[in-house]
Amino acid sequence: MRLRGMVRKESLQILRDPSSIAIAFVMPVVLLVLFGYGVSLDATHVPLALVVEAPDANTASFTASFEHSEYFSPQRFASIQEAQQALAQRRVDGILWLRSDFSRHLLLGRSAPVGVILNGVDANQGRITSGYIQGAWQTWLLSYAASQGQQLKLPAAVEQRVWFNPALRSRDFLVPGLVAVIMTLIGALLTALVVAREWERGTMEALMVTPIRIGEILLGKLLPYFVLGMGGMLLTVAMSVWQFGVPLRGSFWLLLLASAIFMLVALGMGLLISTVARSQFVAGQVAILITFLPAFILSGFIFDIGSMPWPIQLITHVVPARYFVAILQTLFLAGDIWQVVLTNAAALLLMMLIFFAILWRKARKRLE
Amino acid sequence: MLGNILALALKELLALLRDKRSRFVLIGPPIAQLVVFGFAATYDLNNAALAIYDEDGGAPARELVARFEGSRNFHLVRRIDHDDQIAPLIDNRQVLLVLHIAPRFTSDLLRGGSGRVQVILDGRDSNTATIALNYVRTIVTDYNETYAAEQGRPAPPVRLEIRPWYNANLESRWFIVPGIVGLLTLVVTLIVTALSVAREREAGTFDQLLVTPLRPVEILIGKSVPGLLIGSLQGSLIILVAVYGFGVPLRGSVGALYVGMGLFLLSAVGVGLMISSLSVTQQQGLLGAFLFMVPAVILSGFATPIANMPAAVQLLTYVDPLRYFLIVLRGIFLEGDSYALLFDQYWPMAVIGVSSLTAAGWLFRHRMY
Repeated sequence: MRLRGMVRKESLQILRDPSSIAIAFVMPVVLLVLFGYGVSLDATHVPLALVVEAPDANTASFTASFEHSEYFSPQRFASIQEAQQALAQRRVDGILWLRSDFSRHLLLGRSAPVGVILNGVDANQGRITSGYIQGAWQTWLLSYAASQGQQLKLPAAVEQRVWFNPALRSRDFLVPGLVAVIMTLIGALLTALVVAREWERGTMEALMVTPIRIGEILLGKLLPYFVLGMGGMLLTVAMSVWQFGVPLRGSFWLLLLASAIFMLVALGMGLLISTVARSQFVAGQVAILITFLPAFILSGFIFDIGSMPWPIQLITHVVPARYFVAILQTLFLAGDIWQVVLTNAAALLLMMLIFFAILWRKARKRLE
Repeated sequence: MLGNILALALKELLALLRDKRSRFVLIGPPIAQLVVFGFAATYDLNNAALAIYDEDGGAPARELVARFEGSRNFHLVRRIDHDDQIAPLIDNRQVLLVLHIAPRFTSDLLRGGSGRVQVILDGRDSNTATIALNYVRTIVTDYNETYAAEQGRPAPPVRLEIRPWYNANLESRWFIVPGIVGLLTLVVTLIVTALSVAREREAGTFDQLLVTPLRPVEILIGKSVPGLLIGSLQGSLIILVAVYGFGVPLRGSVGALYVGMGLFLLSAVGVGLMISSLSVTQQQGLLGAFLFMVPAVILSGFATPIANMPAAVQLLTYVDPLRYFLIVLRGIFLEGDSYALLFDQYWPMAVIGVSSLTAAGWLFRHRMY
């Protein structure tokens, strides 16, 4: 009965202040659209400078394999100096330099050197571009050998098979990860301020003189936000599948269950921040600093956890989003792989229990 | 006039720094995050889990396997000897990739043909898979060159000589760490400013401030000073850690860096104050700061390149001050840019700063509750 009153009061407070509704429903949509379209690691039309010092049929056949590739948008430069200047001014990302002796080397059967200069500032992009250039080069080698009536015989020929995402579409792996980032934000932001607000306004003291128990206060604050957060979550999943065309190969109910556990972890984290901080200013700062950025950088959503130094890998174990990202990427792209889902869900459950246990200890009905 | 501004700025600083907890959140977490993220945010692949399925076992196959074992990018987790073992390893994320050498690899090679090597990758994280695939290609290309030279096979008619500029070893940390300077400076400045007016509104003291002889411009300047001060101190500290802690080269002029930082802080403070004067409660202020910050980080080119975004989204990035500051930071750190090359980045930040500050000043008077 008391719990119902508390839930009712919190729900009314949510409905009165449109910002909570905005966090739960508007923010996921805005974020998913921004992230879904904004975050992509698939480069196409990389601006590439072509410098051909002595154009002839051979150089034309070589540059054609770059001009016909959708990965590049080549621009011609008369001299290497001009191309280097364009690179320094960030007008092109790479230079392909065919020196004047290209054809002579080719006809003599010696390897003709082709200079490739890349802008290495964005190392990842540089490596991807270098991969594209090597791909175009190999395509040319094959067709050149064929035109000479030979067959190119590389000693070891690599054949690649990428499971779960054969086209290597980065959106298919980024969008499920985004669901985790967005839910961390929603959950923690929704609750980060709610207890601190009561302390700041003095209404916490008013609550204390009522017979309500601390567990009921916490539960009363948790329930309405849980409903709100799960609504936002369903919206996000629906958009991932229908708007972004990410396949959902696993079971929807399993996804829902895992999300419910994760939502409780995120809400618990927010409540804990709020309870410990006691001021909205501090609670807000802490919520920004310990939720969004770790979920973005330490969850394995973009950056590979296995490549981090081991002390950092240890830290990632306390980032709840890490487990949820693993579950989401598996459920969306690979299907119900129980070993992955269960171990990560168990970790989330454990975190949930720990958060609520700490919350229970910290949230005593007492004044200091 | 100057006295008024000073008094207000001093009061703002005191309000921020008086409380031990809020003092701590301004200094502790940003530094901790720089260190953690500096090490964590890398696109380089180290010790990616690899399983090898060598059906051939001949000397050339073993030589290829040895190259994978010797690479610090890969870590051999298991050797398998059966097709059925591949799926569970990848499904359960025990390995990122399986290298499968076909049974007749050696005999194909000795006959002068191509030996077949299959790479099976976990595409759930397609970026990591792409990077791993690139490493695999590099190792195999090296192997092919060595093998061709040893066996007297003809070299390919054209060879590529790839040289990355500015970052010869393509270390992604050199790209990410200057980005973190911009990221954390933005976060701290927004936090300081976004709640400053909202807090006074909630407490009712903002109305009192408006009836004092202080003019809106003076209030604006007084409220901006703490953000500028704390932002630039924080930024300098982070730059020091980036250079001396992470060893990122600082090749351009420090003056040009600070011009960029000053303009960036101006725009960040402007946006923060604008959000703050729009909101009535601190919760709204915080939410507004968030709604600005998250897209600002995503669209800035911090983690993924702007050039990969659709054209409509690329237009949106032009109003993101962080976009310009990141180019300034990376340009000065790695490319050694000077003032002239960076002018195109300076003026948009100045425009964003001046217009958002003007809007904030106007909102002080016109949004009353």
